[in-house]
Amino acid sequence: MTALTDHDAVLEQAAAWRAEGRGVALATVIATWGSSPRPMGSLLAVDESGAMTGSVSGGCIEGAVVHEARDVIRTGEPRRMTFGVTNEMAWEVGLACGGEVQIFVERVE
Amino acid sequence: MKQDTLLRLIEARATKRPVALVTDLGTGQQSLVFETIVQGDFGLSDDALRTVRDRLAQDRSGPVALGDDIEGFVAVFAPPPRLLLVGAVHIAQALVPMAAQAGFDAVVIDPRRGFASEARFPGLTVVPEWPDDALKAIGLDHRCALVTLTHDPKLDDPALAEALNAPVFFIGALGSRKTHAARLERLTAMGLADTQLARIHGPVGLPIGADSPGEIAVSILAQVVAHRRGKAPESNA
Repeated sequence: MTALTDHDAVLEQAAAWRAEGRGVALATVIATWGSSPRPMGSLLAVDESGAMTGSVSGGCIEGAVVHEARDVIRTGEPRRMTFGVTNEMAWEVGLACGGEVQIFVERVE
Repeated sequence: MKQDTLLRLIEARATKRPVALVTDLGTGQQSLVFETIVQGDFGLSDDALRTVRDRLAQDRSGPVALGDDIEGFVAVFAPPPRLLLVGAVHIAQALVPMAAQAGFDAVVIDPRRGFASEARFPGLTVVPEWPDDALKAIGLDHRCALVTLTHDPKLDDPALAEALNAPVFFIGALGSRKTHAARLERLTAMGLADTQLARIHGPVGLPIGADSPGEIAVSILAQVVAHRRGKAPESNA
């Protein structure tokens, strides 16, 4: 049985969206502090309409990342963002405790 | 990310070739580091290359300094580790889907037709060959773990001998302490040294009092993961 990893599906989806002519950005977890739900290297692909695949936080910050990613698709300027996941917020999305993640967002040319 | 870089990454994944994507977080420029070659926007210093190769070897994405005050990030894209199981038994049936969930490519090897039948274990793909032949064909490397489950020396012993002569990261054998002692005697008679035999975890699995096939699968998978992550606790022995 083949391993269930999410990297390849995210990259393939990004390439498929590009092949259809859609604008695409990739978001990568590049640093984590405290209790972070997704390890460094976790990927999220976003298209210009806001469709996404993959995960950088297990749900807490995807909305904000998608918003920034659409901006990156427009400007082409990569950017770095840090998100704190507070304990209350973590509770809302079903995580036990908070943490902090840094995300790098880049456009796929 | 350049489209070319994305397509190369996808190709490396498809051909199971480990690769690291190195990003200059200031400029967004990127290079790909394969086991022997570097391709892309920039070359890397010896120090940076060493860090990237270490990360590649350990499957650990993370930061890398690309120069004074130049922050970089290494995203590792490595093929999944493989869990090779000898014996299409009930423990294999439980262990295979669990291993897939934990990120392993799991392969079951069993030449016995009655055991390997689709009717017995629907959905479980079995390599119907003798374990030593199958393992030779698969090519054992440091990304492989081998666990024997049959209790049958004709099947388990040649598989263990094959793994003991390869750089696999884990070797385990199911069976009681008594069975394992007898197994070690047979392997010694086959010419394997004590230092080699010490690599076998027998009885395989963490001591969690596992009883049912599903519980035993949990105890085996936990031990394999611990070894993969370099956090091996005391074995059952």
